[in-house]
Amino acid sequence: MKNLTKLGVVSALSLVIGASAAFAENIKIAFIDPLSGPFASTGTNGLHQFEFAADHMVNEKGGVLGGTNFEIVAFDNKISPKESLIQLQVAIDQGIRYIAQGNSSGVANALTEAIDKHNKRNPDSRVLFLNYAAVDPALTNEKCNFWHFRFDANADIKMDALTDVMAADENMKKVYIIGQDYSFGKAVAAAAVSNLASKRSDVEIVGNELHPIGKVKDFTPYSRKIVASGADAVITGNWGADMLGLGKSVIENGFDGPIYTYYAAGSGITAAFGESAKGRIRLISQGGINPIATDEARATYEAFEAKYPEGNIDQSRIFNVIGMLSQAIEAAGTADDVVAVAKQLEGMEYESMWGGKVFMRPQDHQAIQDMHVAVHTDENIDFDYDLSGYGVLTESTVEMASMDSPTTCEMKRP
Amino acid sequence: MTDQITTHPSKPSERMRAGSLTLTVGPWVVAAIALMIMPYIFTSNSALTIMNQMWITVIFALAYNMLLGQGGMLSFGHAVYMGLGGFFCMHIMNYVEDFGLALPLPLLPLFGGLFGMGFAMIIGSFSTSGAGTRFAMISLGVGELIAACSVIIVAFFGGEEGISGDRTYGLPFFGIEFLKQIEVYYLISFWLMLSALLMYLFSRTPVGRMANAVRDNPERAQFLGYSARWVRFYSFCASGFFCGIAGGLFAISYEILTEENLNAASSGVILLVTFLGGVGFFFGPIIGAIVFTLLQTVLSLQTELWAIYVGSLFLATVMFFPGGLAGLMMMHVPAVRLGKAGGLLVPYVKTLVPAAIGVLGICALIEMVFHVRHGATGDVEMTLFWTTFDSHTVLPWIIAALVAVVGIGIAKATAPGLKEAWDEANTPGGAS
Amino acid sequence: MELILVNIIDGLVTGLLLFMLSAGLTLIFSMMGVLNFAHASFYMLGAYFAYQISIALGFWVGLLVAPLIVGVMGAGVERYGLRRVHQYGHVPELIFTFGLALLIEELVQFIWGKNQMPYSIPEVLDFTAFSIAGNSIPAFKIFMIFTSVGIFIGLLFILTKTRVGMIIQAALSYPRTVEALGHNVPLIFMGVFGVGTALAGVAGVIAGPVLGTFPGMAFVLGSIVFVTIVIGGLGSLWGALVASLLIGWITTFAKSYNIAMSDILNGLGIATPENMSENPLRDLWTVTSPQIADILPYILMVLILIFRPAGLFGKRES
Repeated sequence: MKNLTKLGVVSALSLVIGASAAFAENIKIAFIDPLSGPFASTGTNGLHQFEFAADHMVNEKGGVLGGTNFEIVAFDNKISPKESLIQLQVAIDQGIRYIAQGNSSGVANALTEAIDKHNKRNPDSRVLFLNYAAVDPALTNEKCNFWHFRFDANADIKMDALTDVMAADENMKKVYIIGQDYSFGKAVAAAAVSNLASKRSDVEIVGNELHPIGKVKDFTPYSRKIVASGADAVITGNWGADMLGLGKSVIENGFDGPIYTYYAAGSGITAAFGESAKGRIRLISQGGINPIATDEARATYEAFEAKYPEGNIDQSRIFNVIGMLSQAIEAAGTADDVVAVAKQLEGMEYESMWGGKVFMRPQDHQAIQDMHVAVHTDENIDFDYDLSGYGVLTESTVEMASMDSPTTCEMKRP
Repeated sequence: MTDQITTHPSKPSERMRAGSLTLTVGPWVVAAIALMIMPYIFTSNSALTIMNQMWITVIFALAYNMLLGQGGMLSFGHAVYMGLGGFFCMHIMNYVEDFGLALPLPLLPLFGGLFGMGFAMIIGSFSTSGAGTRFAMISLGVGELIAACSVIIVAFFGGEEGISGDRTYGLPFFGIEFLKQIEVYYLISFWLMLSALLMYLFSRTPVGRMANAVRDNPERAQFLGYSARWVRFYSFCASGFFCGIAGGLFAISYEILTEENLNAASSGVILLVTFLGGVGFFFGPIIGAIVFTLLQTVLSLQTELWAIYVGSLFLATVMFFPGGLAGLMMMHVPAVRLGKAGGLLVPYVKTLVPAAIGVLGICALIEMVFHVRHGATGDVEMTLFWTTFDSHTVLPWIIAALVAVVGIGIAKATAPGLKEAWDEANTPGGAS
Repeated sequence: MELILVNIIDGLVTGLLLFMLSAGLTLIFSMMGVLNFAHASFYMLGAYFAYQISIALGFWVGLLVAPLIVGVMGAGVERYGLRRVHQYGHVPELIFTFGLALLIEELVQFIWGKNQMPYSIPEVLDFTAFSIAGNSIPAFKIFMIFTSVGIFIGLLFILTKTRVGMIIQAALSYPRTVEALGHNVPLIFMGVFGVGTALAGVAGVIAGPVLGTFPGMAFVLGSIVFVTIVIGGLGSLWGALVASLLIGWITTFAKSYNIAMSDILNGLGIATPENMSENPLRDLWTVTSPQIADILPYILMVLILIFRPAGLFGKRES
């Protein structure tokens, strides 16, 4: 009995592992993010943006190193750290040198450690980790390593820029902080408290609340507390269903101040907020979409819309990742020696099509770029999200946010 | 696994006793040899990682079946015992790294097992008094509680990132520091053989046998003098022990444990895995674990819709062959015993091959519908079964539909023949 | 004082929504002994169908038609799926509903995609009914309360005062006898399953705009529904109502008042340890009631199962 099943396993495994090692010419970038399950929409949107960026920015322009194209290879990690580690192994075995991931700091933490250990134990098959969206500050502080590069501003940088903008609002006297109860939510809350204390010590923090992540079905009790506290503004790092639930509930239950968020746009959230959140919800992010910064960006967005009519460019940093990687590979003259590519990548100054520069700090591999606070509205929107007519309009910009911020990273270089 | 039993007075050693340990050695030796040579057939690291995952799932599924198949106890929150054992092992690993404790890595799963068993003893003390719905509901409640606590109690569970560590700091075991995947593979294989053997032997001991009795008729078992409650409790604790071992091996293999190891989804998966393999036989969960791991990792590389196929497979299993894959295999035992299994081969080919092709045709249709509906505009090419084609033209649809219809049609036509051959194969003496 | 009133209303809404889901489930269980894991999936289907219908024909048509579609689907599942599996025992039935839940979630993603659907409250109900101390009570919530109460009264009436209800109650306890009396018991089973799932569908139609319509909505509510019927007692309609309201109020009040564990422990006389960051029990000290609000029902369930296994209103397990 046992040998029969083993025989079946032999044939199945050999079929698959053999069939996938075919193409060796392209430079492959593994995309390890959820493509099924509850977070599949964010993951699939991200994949589309990566694929489009690789085609539009690199392949259609002749590729890098005299004609080699980028190829994005997708792996579905089902938001599970265990699955991600397995897919990482599969990717490495297929000869892939660049790993891109972003959804969930939990997965990012697992991957960065696994990649560090793998590179230590297998120096001949090293890989680089291109983190395009996981914003837990620890990844470029205590848990930093030479192989990890973060292309999005981390939670602390975002809060720093956001509070710069908030501090200018004279009418704001009371602030309510609410977030998801895990490392990221706690980091956002801690950063908010310390930033507000230093920039506007007259502002009173009337609430600092954590709710179970992904479990709250009805945010009404929380909204009641917010209204009862007399807060003038709400800060939250919530994303996904938690952001939508909180936003809708707070607006419905009578709160009339601005709501400052990290992730209240795209993936159906903009459409679901629609009219009710107009002028109320604000978003801190890199890469402004309206007004669009350059003609190149405009052409890119229009081409993207033509290909994916229901898609959004809500993670424009993905284009920066592809741009910076291709620039680094060209400068290093190789795509196989990741140490050389990494050395080009750190300290790089890149002109982003979304406006401004992106600087990859060598001390912690954190990208420093312009941060924008945008408002959810339907006025002056050239590029809307979710085909809803609503989008995000940039209100204020902080240039090269947190350029000189400290880091606890002690990077060991190879 | 059948025993040779007899009540012949002159062969006392072969008489059936509750503690008889007649063990067919064959399959175990073959399995051990197969385990050892597998890495030479599949040499890539990812294959090793997938195989490690398979073996860990096998241990977990076998431990789960101690309750479900042998004890008749349906537990919904069983992943917590594996998760807790794993977390405990991660903490020990970190302790070893920080304080230089001289602990060789191979001993680590033992601690996981003990922790899992300890926890099972606490929960089992009040949950095992009933076997049916009450037990299931308590297990659900406890499972959800612990999974929810795992995000709150950051000290032990590490919050969203979980607890991670490095396995290479233990005392070198005969010079091996477990830097390479292959070394981990052999460690896991060793624990797999040991655990499977121990679990099998447990099922042969009086406690194990009484668990079967309590499953079938608790009242009658009590009349025999055994406390149904204590038997269930022992089974529960033993199951918790082996779950903890699986957790420890998970910690060694991945070097990270997160909330995902404890949640309801993991508990649900192990239930499906065990059922898919077949709860009525000892080796059923082994098959289920292997098949499911392959489906989950390998199939998901091929298609986004793997969950639809897996879900349909489960429904089909429950509706048409609830004995699971093991049950399906064992159905052929009478035919094999009669020496007539050969007669089944041709009818099987005639019916199953067209059926398989028909099913593939239906899958192709589903994939094409999905691609047309959700693919990007202008992205008209899709690759299926090693051919690339344009999914917006009519021809591929016609081909797929034709394949599906023809395949299923032939299968339906030859099915009566298969039924006849089956009856023939199962009837002794050549009478039809 | 006003805040307590507001919380009572909020808890009532949550509880009644939970009741609509658990009423169907507990009826199905008492009828057939089947723990229907796919129940929350029918809830999700109700929301999605209502959304699809509301795009073309408006919310109210969706409210009427979507539950009917879901009910028919439920009856079909019973007739062609469950009935077949019934002969194999309870565990296969459970696994069947489990697999069905998985499949329905995948099918929903297949048809509608993975994003949130913009299913919103109808314009005519999208205003504030009244305010208590600055907290607005949306009119839609009042609508939810009335619908749920109406359904409960309707169910109670049908079950206790009509002939059909009498037959159903009898088939509950003595299906063979009822069959011997000439009633079509399998048809009754199919009908009860269909009505149960239709109820879940109604809950979906109403809750979809408020709680969000996305493929994970079944999973989010799935286990709490089971907790509800276990606390209330498997098979008891009154139990489902009481348990739902209880859970609704407990979770709402726990979230509203920031009761911190450190305050409770200090009140009991245990002093707060100084060096919090190294203390292994630090999480216990810092926990507040909103954090644990959603797991309180599970704690309650485990306690009830230990001390009163049949639930609050349930019959003794035979």
